[in-house]
Amino acid sequence: MNKVYYTKEHEWIKLQDGKGYVGLTDFAQDQLGDIVYVELPEVGTELEVGEAFGVVESVKSASDIFAPVSGEVVAVNEELEDSPELINDDAMENWLIQMSVEDEDDLENLMDEEEYNDFIGEE
Amino acid sequence: MSIKRTPLYDRHIQAGARMTEYAGWQMPIMYTSLTDEHHAVRNKAGLFDVSHMGEIFIQGPQAEEYINRIFSNDVADIQDGAIIYGFLLYPDGGVVDDLLVYKVSDDYFIFVVNAANTDKDYEWMMKYAGEYDVIVDNNSDAIGQVAIQGPMAEKILQALVPIDLTGIKPFHFVDDIPLANTRALISRTGYTGEDGFEIYTPAEDIQKVWDALIEEGGENLQPAGLGCRDTLRFEASMPLYGNEIGEEVSPLKAGLGYFISKTRDNYIGAQAVKEMRNQGIEQHLIGLEIIGKGIARTGYPVYDEDENEIGVITTGYMSPTLGKAIANARVSLSERSPGQKVSIGVRNKRIPAMIVDRNYLKNK
Repeated sequence: MNKVYYTKEHEWIKLQDGKGYVGLTDFAQDQLGDIVYVELPEVGTELEVGEAFGVVESVKSASDIFAPVSGEVVAVNEELEDSPELINDDAMENWLIQMSVEDEDDLENLMDEEEYNDFIGEE
Repeated sequence: MSIKRTPLYDRHIQAGARMTEYAGWQMPIMYTSLTDEHHAVRNKAGLFDVSHMGEIFIQGPQAEEYINRIFSNDVADIQDGAIIYGFLLYPDGGVVDDLLVYKVSDDYFIFVVNAANTDKDYEWMMKYAGEYDVIVDNNSDAIGQVAIQGPMAEKILQALVPIDLTGIKPFHFVDDIPLANTRALISRTGYTGEDGFEIYTPAEDIQKVWDALIEEGGENLQPAGLGCRDTLRFEASMPLYGNEIGEEVSPLKAGLGYFISKTRDNYIGAQAVKEMRNQGIEQHLIGLEIIGKGIARTGYPVYDEDENEIGVITTGYMSPTLGKAIANARVSLSERSPGQKVSIGVRNKRIPAMIVDRNYLKNK
């Protein structure tokens, strides 16, 4: 199984076939509640680590989503355009974007699952 | 200031509610899902804890004269057992609060006010109370309140009370009704656009009412949080203090002039209202449907077709009932016809929207 990395902003990134799949954590979708709209970047957008690349909106509020690493957006999950609630159904399965990972060292600054669980336990 | 808990706090925790601070109170924002709770109220019934609302009692031989001084609407026009909506206004026409006035009798009225404004209202009311033979009491902490709302609300509550609820018409109430081993004031009112009741008891007894309703309601009734309370009232074109009206926003700018007397000029704010009515109002509340992608939210700017900033979103949501993004906007715009195009600044973009009837549920 490929290792999953987590950010403090509650995104996850998983390396697969040389690309990083980026999504929202289950904790984040639960906190947000019913997700009704997702705004994602264009394919080809260059992202810096920590840069806001999109927005997830629940009924109550709009939340930015941040790039866990630097790289280029190579695909966006178009299913979410019509069915944003898929994130509520399964946040780990329904990725937001695929991106290139320019520098794998970026991953070292992120948390593993155990560290992330400790992190959200404190929140 | 410490954060207050309603008498139903334990029930919310037991039900797994997500709690939030609202107006100085720990309140349930949602239990399971805001959308589910919203649909439950529209299709079956939902139960809200609204114990945070304020109840201020006015008693005395000059109660009506006193209320005529501080309240915008014509309380003399209603019968005992009736309820009237209106405003406490500042001299400049801004709003101290919007409220319901329950008329028990000529010398006994109850004001039901917004939680966030209760202390401010009471202070404001006391400023003028000395000039009249009245006693003004803030009984907010001694009273618990729940709202059962939705098409099945009447049937559920009916099973628990010895009176015929069909006898309580909208904006009317009956006091001292035996319910769940206490006695309740029951009004046919609410803040959702659905049929339903608001139930008041001594704070220490409201849990019994909550439990009895939950048990009687079974699968037709579910606890509903503040989250859906706002989406429901918004879809039903009901204003929220701080959004559609406020200290600096006259009700006339929110299309609520109906609730300000046209016959009296002896209430605080009357002069300002008269001037605004004579001169005409620059800003108006309109309904918008978002045509592009995105959701217009409170505070987002609104632009006309020539890119002039013309106003602001006062409330906006992806409407759970309609399944599309709609919003109220307060704008300066001389022509406001349905179908007319505007745009909304959403983050760094503009999304197109068109003017629609603000009576959103009518277009369902």
